[in-house]
Amino acid sequence: MRAMVYRGPYRMRVEEKPMPRIEHPNDAIVKVELAAICGSDLHLYHGMMPDTRVGTTFGHEFIGVVHEVGPSVQRLQPGDRVMVPFNVYCGSCFFCARGLYSNCHNVNPNATAVGGIYGYSHTTGGYDGGQAEYVRVPFADVGPSIIPDWMDDEDAVLLTDALATGYFGAQLADIVEGDVVVVFGAGPVGLYAAKSAWLMGAGRVIVIDHLEYRLEKARSFAHAETYNFMEYDDIVVHMKKITEHIGADVAIDAVGAEADGNFLQHVTSVKLKLQGGSPIALNWAIDSVRKGGTVSVMGAYGPMFSAVKFGDALNKGLTLRMNQCPVKRQWPRLFEHIQNGYLKPNDLVTHRIPLEHIAEAYHIFSAKLDDCIKPLILPNAS
Amino acid sequence: MAYTPDKPPLAESTDDLRARIPGWGADLDPKDRPAFPRERFDPDASGAHWTFPERQEPHEDRERSIEHKFVTPAFGTSVGLKGLSGALRRVAYRRYSEGRAAHWLILLAADRVDVLESNVGSFLSLHPDNPFTETGVVSELTHHGLSSRLNRKRADLSHQWIDPVIVSAPWVAGAAVAYSAAKRARALTSQGR
Ligand SMILES: NC(=O)c1ccc[n+]([C@@H]2O[C@H](COP(=O)([O-])OP(=O)(O)OC[C@H]3O[C@@H](n4cnc5c(N)ncnc54)[C@H](O)[C@@H]3O)[C@@H](O)[C@H]2O)c1
Ligand SMILES: [Zn+2]
Ligand SMILES: [Zn+2]
Repeated sequence: MRAMVYRGPYRMRVEEKPMPRIEHPNDAIVKVELAAICGSDLHLYHGMMPDTRVGTTFGHEFIGVVHEVGPSVQRLQPGDRVMVPFNVYCGSCFFCARGLYSNCHNVNPNATAVGGIYGYSHTTGGYDGGQAEYVRVPFADVGPSIIPDWMDDEDAVLLTDALATGYFGAQLADIVEGDVVVVFGAGPVGLYAAKSAWLMGAGRVIVIDHLEYRLEKARSFAHAETYNFMEYDDIVVHMKKITEHIGADVAIDAVGAEADGNFLQHVTSVKLKLQGGSPIALNWAIDSVRKGGTVSVMGAYGPMFSAVKFGDALNKGLTLRMNQCPVKRQWPRLFEHIQNGYLKPNDLVTHRIPLEHIAEAYHIFSAKLDDCIKPLILPNAS
Repeated sequence: MAYTPDKPPLAESTDDLRARIPGWGADLDPKDRPAFPRERFDPDASGAHWTFPERQEPHEDRERSIEHKFVTPAFGTSVGLKGLSGALRRVAYRRYSEGRAAHWLILLAADRVDVLESNVGSFLSLHPDNPFTETGVVSELTHHGLSSRLNRKRADLSHQWIDPVIVSAPWVAGAAVAYSAAKRARALTSQGR
């Protein structure tokens, strides 16, 4: 089969790889119909995630058709069209039994601090991902769901991570009616978080980025008020000025380890890997939110330490909330919002690129060329 | 204002917001939000028909965090341990917990060694690396590389020049190793004469 293969930082190619096999009785093999590249994939692409092995196939956002099932699979059969949450999880460990699906203890021997994720290095379990023609899906009775007839395929693939995560980011912030919400990052996760904040009753939603075309999307898609941090000497001071010096009630970090805006922080983390991730946006969130406020962190950081301003968080009495998104728990409510027309996920899709051109797709998304927001990958396009 | 008791009034009333934004307030009640409350003991909700899953085989040789009691019942088999990078990774897993910086620093070092081993190794295979096409930079020409940057206030322009240095680092290092090896070999053979 054809699959994307990592060859080193900033490099990948498409290779002929052996078909994935049933390796556990509850595995399924899924033929991928549509996949996506996520901001999280950039952390791998840039070589920031420890134990990213040459030869690995990335991709944790995908939908497809069940091709084969293992002997203990009861809920799926070949031919079913499924959407697969980015989390690999067993459904029965201490954590899964309590709904913490993204924190499963039975799927990742390499680390206890993070659960299983498709195509996301050995640090999250060493599973190959879905930027390929076929993918192994463990615990087929637990993770995947049959795609409802009414659902658009592009919406389905966006539900496997970006939309569910953006909504989750707003949800963790415990928004109450009239809250002032500031979202750092106008990528897919930030845009969905901004949009979801309104559903929870926000009174004002502000989005910060440095890419004008994404801020434009924040205004049109997420009805937000926007600021380009490059136009301000100090974006934290500006946040104070526009909130009568109180600060926002809630700040959401939808940037994570790649954050820009401070040369030294960015280079020491993203280029030199001396930090687990660049904490610029997280520190801006901590400093922009009001005392007693909540910071919700959706941006991903590596397992190494980062220079986070903990003193400010303590002195301000902040609540910090964060997790990898437990995707499937979010679905029933999000399905309703899509059917009611409150959420239109695929408005953010800008590029649809054949698997054979995946190296270009990563470069476009990483270097933010061609006004790219969300690139989809088509494994079967010729 | 921050210096007096009341919260500043919002620019838009609830009615304005409801009219402007489709779905505004649909999830005002936390009970309507998914995964609420966050932890709820309900082992049957997931679809699992086991209390402990069957074990994936073979797992005897699978590296694992020493914070785990055993190799988990399911695990990925994307790429096995091999070469010097594999030996380094084994040391990182066997000796240091996730709490130790050494664990992650060794793994990061192993990643760099892996790139070197794999790229050099590829030239002994039928499928050598192509450091140019693998970067996807041709998209600079096909997808508006110049106009995506020109006249834009982008924070990332200050450091994008570093990327080619990172990309070419293993090739430069590989060439340097090859050059010094060749020099030493020549010195040895001329000594022998
Ligand atoms: N917690 C989870 O479950 C989960 C799931 C998916 C993604 N993520 C993480 O969410 C983050 C965003 O993902 P995405 O797909 O939207 O990525 P993306 O790269 O498309 O978006 C990131 C955005 O942040 C902007 N940015 C950079 N520095 C900034 C700064 N200092 N302030 C404000 N904006 C800044 C960038 O210009 C970009 O638009 C990533 O870190 C990703 O790993 C987490
Ligand atoms: Zn993702
Ligand atoms: Zn579990």
